[in-house]
Formats: sequence, structure tokens, C-alpha cells
Amino acid sequence: MIDQIKEFLSYDFVRSALIAGSLAAILGAVVGYFVVIRKVGFAAHALAHVGFTGATGAALFAISPLNGMLAISLLAGAMMGIFGNRLHRSEIAIGMVLSVCLGVGTLFLTLYAGFAGQASAILFGNIFGVSWQQIIQITYLSAGSLGVLCVFARKLLFASIQPDLAEARGISLSMLSIVFMVILAVSVTLASQVVGILLVFTLIIGPAGIAARLFRGFWSGTIASVGLALAAVWSGIFLACMTNWPPSFWITTILFVLYLLVEILCRFVLRTER
Amino acid sequence: MTTALSIKDAGVRLGGNEILRAVNAEIAPGEFIGIFGPNGAGKSTLIRCVLGLTPLASGSISVFGVPAGKANRMIGYMPQSRANLEGTALSARSMVAAVAAGDGWGLPWSGRKLRAEIERVIELAGVTDYADRPFAVLSGGERQRIGLAQALLGRPQLLLLDEPLASLDPRNQMLLIERVTQIKKNTNTTILFTAHDVNPLLGVMDRVLYIAGGEAAIGSLDEVITSAALSHLYKTDIRVVRIEGNIFIFAAEGGVIEAARHD
Repeated sequence: MIDQIKEFLSYDFVRSALIAGSLAAILGAVVGYFVVIRKVGFAAHALAHVGFTGATGAALFAISPLNGMLAISLLAGAMMGIFGNRLHRSEIAIGMVLSVCLGVGTLFLTLYAGFAGQASAILFGNIFGVSWQQIIQITYLSAGSLGVLCVFARKLLFASIQPDLAEARGISLSMLSIVFMVILAVSVTLASQVVGILLVFTLIIGPAGIAARLFRGFWSGTIASVGLALAAVWSGIFLACMTNWPPSFWITTILFVLYLLVEILCRFVLRTER
Repeated sequence: MTTALSIKDAGVRLGGNEILRAVNAEIAPGEFIGIFGPNGAGKSTLIRCVLGLTPLASGSISVFGVPAGKANRMIGYMPQSRANLEGTALSARSMVAAVAAGDGWGLPWSGRKLRAEIERVIELAGVTDYADRPFAVLSGGERQRIGLAQALLGRPQLLLLDEPLASLDPRNQMLLIERVTQIKKNTNTTILFTAHDVNPLLGVMDRVLYIAGGEAAIGSLDEVITSAALSHLYKTDIRVVRIEGNIFIFAAEGGVIEAARHD
């Protein structure tokens, strides 16, 4: 098995996939932890899908799908950020914006007929197709997002847990909300490069949700979230090499099985459910 | 002697509606003030004004001689909204830590000084026994006392407790009130405590601030909670009746304004 992994590692596309996958996993896991405690999972999901329009539109205007997705997700993220702490109560507004974006995306797809093959890669991910140029871009984006997140982490954690108290201490909730949604937009776009737009939820919510369910501290939770995300992405990529099944399938399945196990553990063994 | 909280002719308008007008109160350091009034009377609004979150339309508020403004470190605040961490195992201590470390920039480390402060408020609020359990599995009463611990961070001189008794059973109400009284005794903190019902706080309050109809009356229990004083505030005939040490407040023409304890 070690020999087999060594052999896979000798391929350029496997190494690229591991690098891109790891970067997206780390960013997604950390940002995801905040998504879980802020309860903005639906917004994260919607941001990814809005990106579909960006990606298909990008082809029409001859820019790269990654840039197209990034542009539209950032725009949508900033807009959602303005909703601030009311975001988790804005399900219908988000849902409506999401569906009109997907509608426009379908139009773009029809207008640019040659795009159908690439559309499936955007929807379900094509981690083995990541170019070096993309990896460089992903590195900058994830380093930048993590950097900004590190600067705001204290305030963001406080405002996520006790918004009213944070406001009374002079923290601007709307500013934080916009910053966070912009970071989320970048993370979602990067995660979609690994698992595809439809499966972004798995990488943003999966590891963080599992870790937050088990660990009682912010640091233990975040570190566990990163560990889980990396483990899922790496094993997904290697299993994909061995089986020729898509890595997106493996990554989502691994995280789903872990989630099930943790749910069972929490409900029936630890009885942390009231 | 300086006053802890001075409210002069304070008026508040929200969305064109007059919420409060000409509220006056001088509160001395170490006083325990119970704030009462019907739903939507403006109790929380007054608290938000003291915190500097809601601007005054007229008048002024000063806290220990300083005009009310945001991020006042002399104030400890327990908001009415409850934290909700369902589905996470984040411990009560982690929550207190998030609040303690929440002001600055950078990563939420808690250094030795901060950890000592967290430990101090956990002891002061009497939550040591369950501080390391997940917040989501704590009972309502336990969660409220974690909220109290958060409010005590940074040794505030004025505690604003907004409806801390809401949705607690009588036993937990008593436990919380006992804890607050003890804190007041040990630290000489000034306390503003909003509540729905006068009765749980009988005997622990120094004075009463009653808000109704946009106006407020402050004074001792026997001055404010009377048929005459409340009738004046409500602008209708209000009766105050005492039965076995409990106070009942109701409109003469039917409709109970405030029932007794919820038991």
C-alpha cells in the first residue's frame, strides 16, 4: 500500500491535487467552524451555488471559471454580510437570490454551448485537473483569507457567540459580518475547486460540524476540524487513484460516515443531547 | 459623592414613536434597582441607552460622571437574548473565554492573566461545577448564571441585567437573585435588574424604577408600587394589592397587568 501511494505521488496531477485539496481543506475547516457557530450554513451553501453562474458566465466572457466564481461569490457574500446577524433568518431571501442566479447560470450554459463538459467539472469538482497556475492562485487566496481571519478571530468568535454583548462592547456587528461573508465567499470558491459546487457543503460544514460536536474548546475544535478535513481530502484523493472513482465521491462519503458515527456517539453513548 | 448613574430628562424616539419621555433617575453606587413595567414599556430600551447603543432624543445619561457611550468598561451587561449553541460541544468556560478575549485583534488566546480573570468570574457567579460541560446541555438556570459570569468580566461597577429571570422556574429565579445579591454585597456593584414581576425581588431591591406609558417613576417600593403612583403612570385606574407578602398589580377595570410568581 505504501508503495502504491509512492507511485501515485510520482504523478504530477496527484501532487497538484493534494496541494490544492489541502489548502482548500484547511481554509474550509477553519472558516467552517465559524459557519457552524454563527449558524450560517445555508448562506454558505447558497454562496457556492451562486458561484455556478459566475463560472458559466466567465466562459461567455472568456475569463477563467475560478475568477468568474470568485467575482460573483464575493459580490453575493458582501450582500449577505449586510444582512448581518439577521442572516440566518433570511432563508427565503437567500433562496430566491440563489434560484435566480442558478437560472441565469442555465441561460449562460445554453448561450455557450461548448461548455457542457466543463459544467460537470464545476458542479462535481475536478481536483485532478488543477493547473499549477491555479495552485498559485489558490495559495494566495487561502493565505490571504486565513490572514484576515486571524486578524478578526477574537472579535468574530465573541460576536458569533454573544452578538448583543459584543455590540455593547463597541464591536461593529455589520462590519464583522461583511468581513466574514467575504472570507466565506473565497473559501467556498476554493472548496468548490476540490469537490465541486454541489458538494461544497461537505468540506465547509462537514469537518467543522463534526469537530464542534465533539470538542469543548475553540482551539481543540478548530484543530480537529482541520485534521478531519485534511484526512478526508487526502484519503479521498488516494482512494480515487486506487478505484478510479471520483475523489468528490470519496471525500463526501468519508465525511458522511464520520458524521453518522459522531451523531450516534453523541446521541446514544455520550448522551449530550437533552 | 458621585452618582453611579444619572439620567436627566431622557427621552427616546424609535422609528418616529416616542418610547420614553423625561425619565429622571439618580442612582447611587452600590444600589440595587429593580426596573419593572409591562412588555414593550421601554425597559430594554433604557438599558440600551445606558450602554450607548440607542441614542437619546433629548436629555442626558451619565455613568459615574461620564456621558453614556459605547464600550464602557465600567458596565457589565447581561442581554435579554440567550446564546444558542445547539449542536456544538463548546463548553461554558470557552464561552466566557470568548467574551473575555473578545475585544482585541488577533487570535483568541487567553493568557495567564485572562485565564485568572475567567476563573474569578466563574467562581463569583458560582458556576464552577458545570463550567466545563457543554453549554448546550446546561439547564436554563445554569445558562443564565454563565451569562452572569460573562457580565462580571473586567470588574464592572455597574451591572445591567436585562430580564435575567425570564423563563426560569421559581427555584432558579431565587438562586440567581441570591447570587446577584451576594455579588452586590461583596463588590459593592451597582445593579440595575429588569424583571416582569416585582415579587421575586422583594426584600433585595433598594429602590424601584417603574416604566409605563413612556414615563418612569423611581423611589422606594412603598412610594412607587402604589395604586396612586401606578395609576398616574398608566393613566388609568390601577390597584395594588398585597396578599401574604406578595404584590398584585391589576387594572381596576379588569385585565391583570402583573400576576404574582409563576408557581
